[in-house]
Amino acid sequence: MEAYIYDAVRTPRGKGKKDGGLHGVTPVRLAETVLRALRERNGLDTSLVDDVVLGCVEPVGEQGACIGRIAVLAADYAQSVAGVQINRFCASGLEACNMAAAQVMAGQATFAIGGGVESMSRVPMGASGGAWAVDPQVAIKHYFVPQGVSADTIATKWGYSRSAVDAYAVESHRRAHAATQAGWFQGSLVPVRDGSGLTILDRDELIRPQTTLSSLAQLKPVFAELGENYGFDAVIRQRYPELERIEHVHHAGNSSGIVDGAAAVLIGSLEAGERAGLKPRARIRAFASIGSEPSIMLTGPSYAAEKALKRAGMHAADIDLYELNEAFASVVLRFMAVMDIPHDKINVNGGAIAMGHPLGATGAMILGTLLDEMERRGVATGLATLCVGAGMGTATIIERL
Amino acid sequence: MIDYTLDQDGIATLSWNMAERGQNVLNAESCTAFISAIAQATEDAAVQGILITSAKADFIAGGDLAWLQASDDAAVLFEQTRALQRALRRLESCGKPVAMALPGSALGGGLEVALAGHYRVAADNPKARLALPEVTLGLLPGGGGTQRLPRLIGIQAALPLLLEGKRLKPAEALKAGILHAVVPAGEEVAAARAWLLGDGRQAAQQPWDVKGYKTPGGAVSSPAVQQLFMAANAMLRQKTYGNYPAPAWILSCVYEGLITDIDTGLATEARYFVQAVLSAEAKAMVRTLFFSMSEANKLAGRPAGVPKRRYGKIAVLGAGMMGAGIAYVSAKAGLQVVLLDTSLEAAERGKDYSRKLVEKQLQRGSLPAEKGEALLARITTTSDYAALAGAELVIEAVFEDRAIKAEVTRLSEAVLGPDALFASNTSTLPISGLAEASSRPERFIGLHFFSPVDKMPLVEVIVGRQTSEATLAEALDYVQALGMTPIVVNDSRGFYTSRVFSSYVLEGLAMLAEGVAPALIEQAGLLAGMPVGPLALTDEVSSELVYKIAKQARQDLGAAYQARPGEEVAERMVGLGRLGRKVGLGYYDYPADAKKRLWPGLAEVFPVAALQPEVGALIERLIAVQAVETAHCLAENVLTAPRDADVGAILGWGFPAFRGGPLSHIQGQGIPAFLAQCERLAAQHGPRFAPPALLSQMAAEGRRFYPR
Repeated sequence: MEAYIYDAVRTPRGKGKKDGGLHGVTPVRLAETVLRALRERNGLDTSLVDDVVLGCVEPVGEQGACIGRIAVLAADYAQSVAGVQINRFCASGLEACNMAAAQVMAGQATFAIGGGVESMSRVPMGASGGAWAVDPQVAIKHYFVPQGVSADTIATKWGYSRSAVDAYAVESHRRAHAATQAGWFQGSLVPVRDGSGLTILDRDELIRPQTTLSSLAQLKPVFAELGENYGFDAVIRQRYPELERIEHVHHAGNSSGIVDGAAAVLIGSLEAGERAGLKPRARIRAFASIGSEPSIMLTGPSYAAEKALKRAGMHAADIDLYELNEAFASVVLRFMAVMDIPHDKINVNGGAIAMGHPLGATGAMILGTLLDEMERRGVATGLATLCVGAGMGTATIIERL
Repeated sequence: MIDYTLDQDGIATLSWNMAERGQNVLNAESCTAFISAIAQATEDAAVQGILITSAKADFIAGGDLAWLQASDDAAVLFEQTRALQRALRRLESCGKPVAMALPGSALGGGLEVALAGHYRVAADNPKARLALPEVTLGLLPGGGGTQRLPRLIGIQAALPLLLEGKRLKPAEALKAGILHAVVPAGEEVAAARAWLLGDGRQAAQQPWDVKGYKTPGGAVSSPAVQQLFMAANAMLRQKTYGNYPAPAWILSCVYEGLITDIDTGLATEARYFVQAVLSAEAKAMVRTLFFSMSEANKLAGRPAGVPKRRYGKIAVLGAGMMGAGIAYVSAKAGLQVVLLDTSLEAAERGKDYSRKLVEKQLQRGSLPAEKGEALLARITTTSDYAALAGAELVIEAVFEDRAIKAEVTRLSEAVLGPDALFASNTSTLPISGLAEASSRPERFIGLHFFSPVDKMPLVEVIVGRQTSEATLAEALDYVQALGMTPIVVNDSRGFYTSRVFSSYVLEGLAMLAEGVAPALIEQAGLLAGMPVGPLALTDEVSSELVYKIAKQARQDLGAAYQARPGEEVAERMVGLGRLGRKVGLGYYDYPADAKKRLWPGLAEVFPVAALQPEVGALIERLIAVQAVETAHCLAENVLTAPRDADVGAILGWGFPAFRGGPLSHIQGQGIPAFLAQCERLAAQHGPRFAPPALLSQMAAEGRRFYPR
């Protein structure tokens, strides 16, 4: 059985702070918004949906206790629709789509929804704790360092200077602004509204078109102090003994922004679409997740992409358009270098550096963005991928119909 | 073992008093006795309060390392550990107040026993120390220390004490919240009794057994403690390079144990404790750092039958850095010291070294003013050999030049008494050759101190061809009087320490010549457990010295000389004027206002190969080359005791302690396996890795360096 994408929607990304546009909106409400949008845009009989798989990276507090099912209830889907919450850190949203697709491919679901939600302003990063950074039995043995130090190590190891990573960031803002101005996100962007229908937020809040190399040059590297004073540089240098030192180049301006948001992708079999009277937009050709070296942590996308390409019987050059989550600029620069992908084929409408990275939702968001842009350009194939905490990568290849 | 008394007030006193031992220690027998005494006191309805103390000067000195070293059965050790833990838990939760009266030190298991009391009072004893020093021997507290201390004073305050084994004086322990009171020595038992009969009646509960107890400073789940662990994990790896498991297990005891209740936490601690005791690292560290070091300090290598010599006056020739340091440590040990140089000014400059050290200690308050003055008054400076009259030992620390050394030998012997010793502090020139200048070579010996002398506790005692047994014995008496650790070696080029140390340095230089990236070489040295990478170390001693020693050996040995690949690298660097740190240029650049950085030009002189080796292969070479060189020293009779090899390596040049020394390292992997490794490395990298026949013989006969 094959799995098809019928629709993909996302909320705007609100600044993940107290003064952010979505800070007053509960994460359940964010998830509910995208689920309602899928139903309304497609006239979907939700009783045809077997499962809603939602990614969420900090599943505690109001995001805890299986927000997948709670969002289903909040969105007034049919009672029979199950819900589940999954966590593959930053790739959760894409993994949720892959798991939904897998259910369809296995013939065990008619329609399934993959997506994700994260209100980073309400449930902050680290809220769910975890062993990776803290438990001595894993942290010491596996050379745990904070992600930013990993990103700086990628820049050091592959030789990306501060100006190279900053230049990438400037371009991300430029592209995101241009795409927004041209209305290219409009097709999938679902405004978040209150109970009376008043708009709370209808645009991505973080894009700063005025960003320049010289404005970014003012920012101090964020991870230098952590690296130098708390031993993390020394730790990762033990894992990468060829490096004499770690050059700290990342800062808030060339790393992904902290935002709130949700996304959902409707996935189903061909027959399911026929029964519901829906036309599929893309076929899911292959997907993969993979583990990579956990200390440098963020090199997984190339391995995940290669694994998915192999499964699809394709090569990197066969892909017309790429989306790689802009967790940090160095992650994308390395991916382009090792996969030999030109900058004009990847993140063509900007990414998380400009628009933010709502952890659990981003994967589903970039899958939708990829599909929209493939349709706009009329190209056939696309690959979405993300780097993942603790050394993983997840990738999905889609083919436009 | 445990003196048990019950008085008319219902106070049961359990006084530790191990027969035939200077100190109380925890071992299978004493624990059994203590556990049954605890059972008696807790179960006897007549007992109203329990007082635990010691009949000896100290409370309990810790675990019996001979017992732990012999332990090889996890199940047995786990049960023994749990039995003591359960008894201490019973003690603190029996409902009767428990007071601990500490007359002196409470170390390791001793402090752990004390922590199981509700009230701890210590004598104001200047010699007393409270500490959990297990980690320094690759062990961890297994008597509840990792659970009770953080529950008592908080995780953040407890971690340094657990991870570094820091020793606290009673006043510091009081301030840290570990003690409840410090009283004049001799009053501690009375103070404990008073508490038991007074406030203790309402305080028979540990804080962690009181309802609503919260860990001081925050629970494991609190953001502050989560961050604390994140940083502690990283800083531990930064410091240990992942080579020392015990401190990581200690962190785990605290992390895991404080998430749970104390009973579960104690079981967690017992599991890690057993793992630590049985670990190869602890076995190696306990063997060398405790047993071998104790033997060396007790002068195990001293010839028997020579009366112990007590020194009153010694002389040091040459007031340079080494001479100045030797003068300081000798005066500190209470000896009169004549410090002689070519001019009085030069000798005074040497004495300034002592003045500076004394001043620093005065400022820190670690030395009373009158003691500092007396120390300095014991150092007499001079340029006149007549001042040497009456000296029982002369140590020359003049330039490494045979002619100068010969001259000072003759000048000294002219005024010395017949039973005075003459010692050379040479680090490079064979002693037997220097002794040729002496009119009584049987009284001539080598005393190789390490720099800086006041910080480096090792002395390599070098026995020349004609050195008498009495001279060796008396030289060892001097080292002991300094409170330093001697090893005894027979005369040979580079003796033992310089020779094996050089093998490490030269191996690093050889790698550079092969095209290994400099940063990788340096990190390989550190990952191997060495304190400094080989290139940085060469810069410290200077490429010039490395080159000169090689040149000298080449001259002296002629055709017999076997060049080592790294020597050419040192020669190249000398040719480039990059002598090392002393000129600010070496393998590193030494900017005045920043940390040293590898010299970027190094890649032009020694091009970096496109294909780099795995770091593990480099670590293997850097350690194996030292181990095989040490085995050669043993085979050539330069070394006569494995103990001296291992102690000398760790104290002398920082050979990784977790390996227990080069011979313990060989024994740890097994002599046959080491032989196979050497043969493979010799085939790959050259004859410097070829093992001595001694090792093959030992393998064939199933012999070992140490019994276990």
